[in-house]
Amino acid sequence: MEDPIISIRDLTVSYGGRRVLNGVSLDIQRGEVLALLGGSGSGKSTMLRHIIGLAKPDSGTIHIQGININECSTHELMAIRRDMGVAFQGSALFSSMSVEENIRLPLRELTSLSEPVIEIMTFIKLASVGLAEAGSLMPQELSGGMKKRAAVARATALDPEILIFDEPSAGLDPIVAAELDELILFLKRAFQMTVVVVTHEMASAFRIADRLAMLHNGCLIAVESSKSFSESTDPRIRQFLDRKPQRITESESVQRRLRELVSMTGVTR
Amino acid sequence: MSLFEAIGAGLIDRLAYVGGLTTQWVRAVAVLPRVLPFVGTRGRWQSAIRQMYAIGVGALPMVAVVASCAGCILAIQSATILNQFGAIQLVINIVVIAFTKELGPLLTATVVSGRSGSAFSAEIGTMVVTEEIDALRTMAIDPVELVLAPKFIAAMIVVPCLTIVGSCFGILAGAGFMYLKAHMSLNIYCRYTLEAIRLHDVFTGLLKSVVFSAIIVHVGCLEGFKVAGGPEAVGRSATSAVVKSTLLVVFADLLITAALYLIGDN
Repeated sequence: MEDPIISIRDLTVSYGGRRVLNGVSLDIQRGEVLALLGGSGSGKSTMLRHIIGLAKPDSGTIHIQGININECSTHELMAIRRDMGVAFQGSALFSSMSVEENIRLPLRELTSLSEPVIEIMTFIKLASVGLAEAGSLMPQELSGGMKKRAAVARATALDPEILIFDEPSAGLDPIVAAELDELILFLKRAFQMTVVVVTHEMASAFRIADRLAMLHNGCLIAVESSKSFSESTDPRIRQFLDRKPQRITESESVQRRLRELVSMTGVTR
Repeated sequence: MSLFEAIGAGLIDRLAYVGGLTTQWVRAVAVLPRVLPFVGTRGRWQSAIRQMYAIGVGALPMVAVVASCAGCILAIQSATILNQFGAIQLVINIVVIAFTKELGPLLTATVVSGRSGSAFSAEIGTMVVTEEIDALRTMAIDPVELVLAPKFIAAMIVVPCLTIVGSCFGILAGAGFMYLKAHMSLNIYCRYTLEAIRLHDVFTGLLKSVVFSAIIVHVGCLEGFKVAGGPEAVGRSATSAVVKSTLLVVFADLLITAALYLIGDN
């Protein structure tokens, strides 16, 4: 089997004494679409920030294309990032630039292409996400779905090998979300990109992903194909799939805190 | 926490802040050549020119008004004393020396700090909150080079120019006062002014203005990069940028003045 394009080993991350990721290990193969699932606060976004090298873990390693991104030189990290496109949850388009300027930016900064070639490439990227007519608009003039597509166009500007999406469907209506799913599948087919999608939209994950990985309280509890994931009997996965609400007030941590408060104030029955 | 621990913690925080500023300054200086025209990265010089316009042209009216008022106040206050000794023409020397060496750079820095320091902080802070800075990093683009360096070079060019303009307005305000008080014509005032101006004082003032511009840009940008949280944090960072940069400008002024005094500058 080919070496994984992303290899995560024993990734442990804590914020303010609270462990957010607990020894997570995961291999992502070249050319696959992996959906990273989990409830709110399960550690999905934290894991994503570590994969793209925006944060350093307490322990563990992340190898991208065989290079440990936490120990490599700045030059190597820059080279890895050039092969990686990220579409952020809030799009993160530069609000002072038009849509086409947003896409031109990485082409101007990181390549020596001439201006006419950059113009053509910008148009192609915008057309591939259905925004050929919207290049001159400012980000604040776009709808939510258009912003997400513009962010995808910018993330793919340099034809990266790895494309990462943080909650692509968040805040979108089902039709626009489905269009975005089709766009992800198109990018995978057309450019053979490795795609990592952080989401909690099950329908979207089953539609686009080759494999699904699920985080629960900072631990990776499943990495399976769509079929075996949907047939899982693990109660944590079933709760997620069957959308069973968790009784927050009955959770162990809430009960424990309540007992502490009662003992502190000396309240008795 | 004991008193000593509190003092120690405060001192460590401030040292860490100065360390952060120094590190950012070194990184910015290292990438400055990429902002220069012809040899730099595409579009970076145009970005610096836009910043020059925003920092310089926007601040010009306020610098002119503040310097004129300060020039008038200084002339009135010094004339009150000097008139008693029949030496009212010395008002010109006081106004000229004060503005070329001290008030010109200091007042200009205060205006630029209030206008542009807070704007830098708010702009970068908003970029942090909206993940634009993270997006730059993931695109392998250095935010210091793209966002900070054009502001840095623009301020280093524009703030000394504003200082000269501000000093001129301050000195001209003195001319207005002298005309009203002693019926001194503008011609004579200008002649006395040229006699009082020393090139050395002008260079001292310009040196200070370059240092002040670096402080304003770096404090404003560092406060922006440090933003964590939501829009409220952006507002706090803008306030903090103005307070810290004004304070550091005054400290730097004191240090430069003391250093020049110690090496025998008069």
